This record gives sequence, C-alpha cells and structure tokens, in this order.
Amino acid sequence: MSSSTITEVPAAAGIVDPDLPRGGPPTDPLRVAAPARSRSAGRVGRALLPWLSPLALLVLWQALSSLGVLQESTLASPVTIAGTVRDLVTQGLFGSTLQQNTLVSAQRALLGFAIGAALAIVLALPAGLSAAGALVIDPPMQMLRMLPHLGLIPLFILWMGLGEQPKIALVAFGSVFPLYLNLVAGIRGVDRKIAEAATSMRLSRWQRIRYVVLPGAMPHAMTGLRQSLGVAWLTLIVAEQIAADRGIGKMIMDAREFLMNDVIVVGLVVYMLLGLLTDALVRLVERRVLAWRA
Amino acid sequence: MARLSTPAAPRTSVTADSGPHPDAPVGPVAVVASHRRRFGEREVLRGIDLSIAPGELVALLGRSGCGKSTLLRGLAGLDDVPREEVRVTGRTAVAFQEPRLLPWQRVQRNVELALLAEGDRRDRARRATAALAEVGLAERCDAWPLHLSGGQAQRVSLARALVVEPELLLLDEPFSALDALTRIEMHQLVIELWRKHRMAILLVTHDVDEALALADRVVVLDQGLISYEWRTELPRTERSPERPEVAAARADILHALGVRPLPPNPDRDPVTGRLPHPTNPTRSNR
Repeated sequence: MSSSTITEVPAAAGIVDPDLPRGGPPTDPLRVAAPARSRSAGRVGRALLPWLSPLALLVLWQALSSLGVLQESTLASPVTIAGTVRDLVTQGLFGSTLQQNTLVSAQRALLGFAIGAALAIVLALPAGLSAAGALVIDPPMQMLRMLPHLGLIPLFILWMGLGEQPKIALVAFGSVFPLYLNLVAGIRGVDRKIAEAATSMRLSRWQRIRYVVLPGAMPHAMTGLRQSLGVAWLTLIVAEQIAADRGIGKMIMDAREFLMNDVIVVGLVVYMLLGLLTDALVRLVERRVLAWRA
Repeated sequence: MARLSTPAAPRTSVTADSGPHPDAPVGPVAVVASHRRRFGEREVLRGIDLSIAPGELVALLGRSGCGKSTLLRGLAGLDDVPREEVRVTGRTAVAFQEPRLLPWQRVQRNVELALLAEGDRRDRARRATAALAEVGLAERCDAWPLHLSGGQAQRVSLARALVVEPELLLLDEPFSALDALTRIEMHQLVIELWRKHRMAILLVTHDVDEALALADRVVVLDQGLISYEWRTELPRTERSPERPEVAAARADILHALGVRPLPPNPDRDPVTGRLPHPTNPTRSNR
C-alpha cells in the first residue's frame, strides 16, 4: 500500500507540466475531441453523415407521393419537382428562366444587404467608440429597430414606386439593425484589462481602437453579419411577393395564379439554397477572421 | 523590531548581487512622496513615501485591498496621479497578474505592439524576436496566445514588458495565478533577466516567501501605509528560511501583515514532544 503510493509520486509530479497548454496538446485542441478526423477515409464518411437524414426525408416524401397519400395537387413529388426545375431552367415561365429570376433576386438581396451592412458599420463605430456618438445615434436606432420594417412596404412603394428601389431599400433597412446592435455591443464590451495593458504600452487612442477594440469586436460583428444576412433574405422574400416584375418572388406569384405548387416549391428551395450559400460564405470569412479563437 | 519606514534615501541600495548598471542615471528611477489616493469615502493610500533606485529589486507586500496595486497603477501611469507625489524618470513597463495578451495577434506581434511608438518595422520585429528568445519562447513566435499554457503566456507578457528596455519594471502579482513549479521557474527567469538588464523592479505580491527570495528590499503596505521595511544583502542562493535572519525577517513581516503564529499543540508532551495517542494509523507501515 505505502510502497505503491511512493512509486506514484514521480508520475504525479510529471503531470504538473507547466508547458502543457490550457486547452490540451500544443497543436490543435479540436483534434482531441474528434481524433477520427485525421484519417481521410473516415473524414469522407463523416462529411456525408449529416446528409443522411435530409435524404431520408426526401425519400419519405417521394414514397408518400407515389403511394397517393400526398396528392400532386397539394404538393408535387420530388420527381415532379425535379422535372419542373429542368423546364424552368431550359424554357422558363412567362418569358424568364429560373437562372434569370435567381440572379435578379440575389442581386436585390446582396445589394440591399451591402448597403445595410455599410450603414450599420458607419453608425456603430461612433455609437460604440464615443459617448457623444452613442447619445446621438443610439436612441433613434433603438426606436427604429422596434419598427416592424415589413410594415414599411406600402410607404416605400408610395415613395419609390414598384421598381427595384423599394425592395433594395427595404432589405437594407432590415439588415442594418442586427449588425449595428452586435457591433456596438462588441465595441463596448471590449476587455478592459487588455485595453489597460495597451494603455500601459503607451498605445495611442487610434492604435488602441485599431489593435484592441475592433479586433475584439469581431466575434460579435460576425454574429451580427449572419443575423443581418438572414433578415436580408426574409425581407426580400416578402418584398418580392408584394410587387415585382421579375425575380423568384414574381415566379412564385405567377405560379400561385395558375395553381402550380411545384413551381412554388422550386422558388422556396432556391431561397433556401441561396440562404445556405451566403451563410456558408460568412462562416468561411468567420473562420479566417476568428482563426485566433481555435 | 518592526521599523517604521522613513522616506528612503535613494543611493543606499547597493546590495550583494545587484547594483545599478554603470550607465544608469544616478538618481532614483521613481520617487513617491506623501502619496495619497482616495476612492469615495475610502482612503486607499494614506501618505506613501517610497524611493526606488536604479537596478533595485523591491517587493511590495500586502494583503488584498491594502492599496499595493493602486500604488503600482500610479507608477505605471495607468491612473492620473499628481506629478509631485509620484515622479518616475525613465521608461516603465508593466506585467500584470493575467498575461493580458491580445488573443487576436500572434505571440510575436503581441510583443512588437509594445514597440509601436518607436523604430521601424524591421527593428521592432528583431527586438521582439530577441525578447521572446530571452524568455525561452523563440519557437512559439507564430502561436496564438490562446494556444499557450499559463506559464508560457506569462512569459510572453514578460517579454512584452522587457522589449521596451524599461528602467522600471512593474510586476503586479505576475506569478500568483501559476502553479507552484511554474512559479519557481518564473522566479528564476525574472532574476536572470534582472541580472542581465539591471532595470529596477517593483514586484507587487502577497507571497511573503516570494518577496524574501527575490527582493533586495521588502516593503510592507498595510491599510494604506508602509508599516515595515526590510533590506538584505544576502545572496539569493543563501536565503533559506532556516537562516536566522531570514526567519526573523519572515516573522517580522508576517507580524506587520497581522498574521499571528500558530500556538503549539497543547496536547503535545512538552518533554518528549509526543502526542498522547497515535493519531496517524499509517505510521506503523513506515
């Protein structure tokens, strides 16, 4: 008993390794959680794994349609919808193909989002960095964000007519707030201890903003960016369906007139894919910008 | 026994294995005179007099909330203090209890940032690399701070303070969050660096043994006043706690801090030193 405790002493001392990183081994702490990822064969298998359940749902849908449980007049089957996609791509509907409509919608969303994001950054910097800026900018922003922006559609149509402008303006308006709010929170929530260390290194105010405040706000900014993007797509979908001469929304409205539920589903799937794609892009940016968090 | 401090004369700190750098300025690097600080109702510093000579290693000891960090912040220029009360000549640098590295900059850049106000880019990079090599982390230049161990991060913090070649290095309990073995290594590293660079160091700590092991002068701060001062010229290698003068100083310092010694066990037989009953069942196994 006592001899075993003695032999354990050196091993116990070895555990206290001052150079052992807090998160685990020095290379990549994520590897510890998922060691199988290092093997390439296992990696491919794992990459496919998340697709299994959506695929199963699709098969179930098709089965229900084929068995007649799900009427084609209620919801078209996946096979029918695949055919519809082919027709929409090659022939189009009422003079415009699926690609053209997708491009128009994507342009509206991205342009509106870009304007909104730029506006959010321009407003959040003074509101986050200076007390005076916060006093001037924050109260109206807090009021406007409570305004249900989709309710502005009639007003925007009144002001800007039925062209591209009201849709882009509405998307921009909607996507300002998530990014603005997150960015202001990120800037104000900067780690005071790190900021103080920067002061002790005699960094100027601008240098502190450049090296401490803005990078420190990036995690929040990325969250805001993704939320803004989500709002941008949602706003676009609603705005397009109220009044549009082109785009996915117009295609869906036309399909409703002629009871083509397959075309409506295609439109929705396109929205979904566009949303997933842009979200994946932001996540890619996030991985690079926040590489230090790994 | 506990000698109340008088404003320390600046040029009296020549000690056994320290001493100012030959090129260093002759006057003190920092003079604190009748320094008072008050936060609302509470007076945190109630008239502090302290002078730090070039190349001197001073430990500032005190309980939590005794005002020692406040004093350090004044010296570091982190708080606005009257210039006639806190005068610092030459450059200061601070290492805090937490490493306080910028997590979004790699280790090398973290050290370079301390030099942002001076030199060109290449010079900054060269000096940062040299400082990291001095603390033994040359190979971790490209690491992210969050991938470092606690001890490594604290060494980077030390390199960041050293890279500006300060005349006064302020250490605010920089070892207290480290495990015991890492702390010993850090002590050795600080002494090595201090011997090489000969800057003055003010080490704020609440660890009496750390202060005794490292400092030329131990200053005890209690309720906003300096209550005790101890100087030694003993080489650091000969400061074992068994040494009578070290043991006496330790007792005095603990007394100044208000820590009373543990009374002897009244159950113990005064002649044999034995306890009345065998209370340790594993004793028979040995």
